[in-house]
Formats: sequence, structure tokens, C-alpha cells
Amino acid sequence: MSNIPQELKYTKSHEWVRMEEDGTITVGITEHAQGLLGDMVFVELPEVDESYEAEQDCAVVESVKAASDIYCPVEGEVVAVNEELEDAPEQINVNAYHEGWIFRLKPSNPDDLDNLMSAEDYTALVEAEEH
Amino acid sequence: MTQTELKTTPLFNAHQKMGAKLVEFGGWNMPIHYGSQIEEHLQVRRDAGMFDVCHMTIVDLRGCEVMDYLSRLLANDVAKISDKPGKALYSCMLNNDGGVIDDLIIYAMEPAWVRVIVNSATRVKDLAWMRTQLGSSAVDLTERDDLAMIAVQGPNARTLAADALADEIAGAELLKPFNALLINPGAANERFVARTGYTGEDGYEIVCSNEQADGVWNRLAASGVKPCGLGARDTLRLEAGMNLYGNDMDETQSPLESGLSWTVDFSNEQRHFIGREALEKQKASGLKYKFAGLILNAKGVLRAHQKVIVANEGEGELTSGTFSPTMQKAIGFARIPIAAGEQCQVQIRNKLLDARIVKLPFVRQGKILVD
Repeated sequence: MSNIPQELKYTKSHEWVRMEEDGTITVGITEHAQGLLGDMVFVELPEVDESYEAEQDCAVVESVKAASDIYCPVEGEVVAVNEELEDAPEQINVNAYHEGWIFRLKPSNPDDLDNLMSAEDYTALVEAEEH
Repeated sequence: MTQTELKTTPLFNAHQKMGAKLVEFGGWNMPIHYGSQIEEHLQVRRDAGMFDVCHMTIVDLRGCEVMDYLSRLLANDVAKISDKPGKALYSCMLNNDGGVIDDLIIYAMEPAWVRVIVNSATRVKDLAWMRTQLGSSAVDLTERDDLAMIAVQGPNARTLAADALADEIAGAELLKPFNALLINPGAANERFVARTGYTGEDGYEIVCSNEQADGVWNRLAASGVKPCGLGARDTLRLEAGMNLYGNDMDETQSPLESGLSWTVDFSNEQRHFIGREALEKQKASGLKYKFAGLILNAKGVLRAHQKVIVANEGEGELTSGTFSPTMQKAIGFARIPIAAGEQCQVQIRNKLLDARIVKLPFVRQGKILVD
């Protein structure tokens, strides 16, 4: 069973979401997701200042094996992207929850965050997928 | 299809013990990697790795008319090897329209015995076609599903295999490239060892009984040969410029537009191999496409089916693509307009990215062959 930190929120498409103190959220893909994709070789980051709707594809991660869309967890505007991934996409494999973060978003409506999954619900989803 | 319905090779338990990530592959439950596909790839380029290729189909053809039969069945000319015991030949098997039914390797072991290795996904149609073409030939066709096959590949593969298997493969050290040897024929410890592979590195493909495969695998592992999955096998063959059936050619494509002209032998005008007429017509009316390597200039990954645009010449398509662990760049094979020069663009999602058209292969024996 892969690591699923309690303090984070999750989506059914395997993004994790960290609530930051300034009201923004940080987004990445879960350890489970990176394990399924394998060795990362390319990340197409979203555009800073660009707005995305909830569940809109806004970035792409590519492993040797496959390309996978990253979906925006809630509606909002991108305020920062992890440019280090452009030269070191393998950071997602090494540490999906820290160095492997992909972008930061300013949510349009903070209440939307209530729709995200808890660690417990996401654990159940992963377990169901593994069986 | 659930995991329980999938076919497993005699090495399935070994894969599980070694931590393989198993995936469905053409009806088989096969290892895609044992941790990191890129590390396994580099292991083969730098040292030695081994692959479970038991899913491949081994067929023995025996009989006094076997060479005549193959002379008609295959686009390459068996006469090149028919009097050279142990010698291997790569060929396409074509349909009457010149489309590729499969690509395969044959080993002319004796004047009346040729071993054929065909792909796993095409097994049923290959066997049906080969049987149909037998007609009244004095040739006996036997599928050897009692046999297992392990590929040991890399610059140190032959040395480590000799350490690991010693007398089991005695004599293999003298094999020249693209030659095979049968050791202890008819005995329980019979070994068929071929100096062939699908990685662009030196090495062996070792065939033994299903019962003895686990032992061979474990002895190789004990000598330091690392297990490698189908993921690394694909990136290695792509760097080595080797076609994959179903991606790079199929029944709707001609070998002449799939980078396989070198395997079609028209030299003997008396040899009426299946598909010859169709290919000669195609040549006479002019080929429209060529098959080449592509290197993406920007960051990204090339994938099969991406559109290729050649200025003033038209469009083509990627047939295979990946990220090359050796070159650290995206590479691929593409079928492109025949007059294409050195530059093209590839459509990746909503972007058009510049790519360079190069001659294959990209990498052989650990060395990068393109700038």
C-alpha cells in the first residue's frame, strides 16, 4: 500500500491537494499514481496566471510508458508552477508529495475544496483499484 | 480479462519473487518492470540483463522440402542460410497483397530442420497461415510450447551466461553473431543457444524445456544478470532501430514502406515468394512513403500515432515512440512522405514541435549513432 498522507485532500483522478496558509492550494499526483505510471520523463506545466475550471486538464505528466493528464482539482487561477520538474521530472517518482509538486492554484471559491476526498476516502479508492 | 484467465510463463513464480510489476500483454501475464524501466534499460546497455520471452512462439519445421517451403513462404531468401547450419535469418511473412502477416527469425539447424520464432500476439494467425501454405509439401510443422526462452543481453551478457551456465551451454562461446547451436540434443538438459536478440547489444537467446527454465533464470540471476521487463525491451529495441510488429508494420503495410526493404530479397527471379507480385507492382508504381527515425528537438515524448508534418511534402505518422534513456531525448519511428528531407514537425497535443529525420538505428552496442 502506498503512502497517503492524512493532512492532504485528494481527487478521484489521483491528484493530491495541500491547503496553504495563504489560501492557495498546492497540487501534485499521488504516490500511487506515480507508481502506476513509472519513470517520469516529461512534465508539461500549466501556464501561470491562467484560469482553469474544476476537472479541466491543465498539465500532462509523461512516463516512459504513457502520457497522463493532470486535472485541476477546483476552479481557480494558477499562481506558481514547479519549473524544476522541467529538468528533473523524476522528482515526482522520488517524492510525489514534496519536491514533486506540480502547481499552486488560487481557488475561485474556497468552499469548492469541501468537495475533495479525504485521505480515508482516497485510501478506499486505491484499495478498490488494487483488487 | 482478469489475472486468473491470463497465461503465465514457467518463470511466473520467479518474477513474483523478484518483485516484478506484472501486466497483461497479449493474453499473457508478463513483467513490465521490476522497479525501474529506465534502470533496467541502462543495465542492458552497460552490463547485462535478462528477459522472459517464453511468450514468443517457437515452431519446428522438419522435412526434406523445408527449404523449398520457406523459399515460397518468406520474403527473405532462405537460400542465404540453407547450407550454413545454425545460421539465422530475419524475414517477413507476407500475404498475397504484400502486407506483413508477421516478422520472424528462422534458424537453419539442419538441411531438413528449421526452427522458426514468431511473435506471441500473432501466434494463431501465423500457425494457420503456415499450415495452409504447407499444401502437400513434405514438411512437418510442430509448435514447441514445451520450450521456454530467456534472452540474456548486454556487453557482459555472454561472459556472465558462461559463468552462470558453464557446461549447460558449452560451445556457445564460439558462436558468431546471428548463429545458433543445439547442445545435448534430445536430453532433458537440451539447450538451444542463439547469439541473437532484440536490444542492439550482444547476447544470447537461450531455449530450454519449460521445466528447466526456472533453474536457468535463477543461475543467471546468481551470476549478476538483472531481470528486465517488457518496458525496457521496448525502449531498447526502439533505440536499436528494430521494428515491432503491430506498431511499425502489419497486414495493411508493405515491408517496403516499413523500413524492411533490406529483408525482401528479389534477387532470384525464379523465386516466387508470397507477396512478390504485389510488391513488384508497388515498386513499379513508385513508393509513396519512407520509414525513418525521428528525434524531437524540444522536450517531450514521441508516441505512436502522432501526426508528422513535412513542409511541402505532406503528412506522415509516428509508428512507435518513446523517451530514449541512452540519448535522454524523445525518439521514434515514422512513416513519412518519401521526398522528406531532414526536418519535420510532430503534432503533440495542441502543439507543433520540430523534429529531425535521421537514419536508423539510434544506438547500437552502447554507442549513440546519431548526432
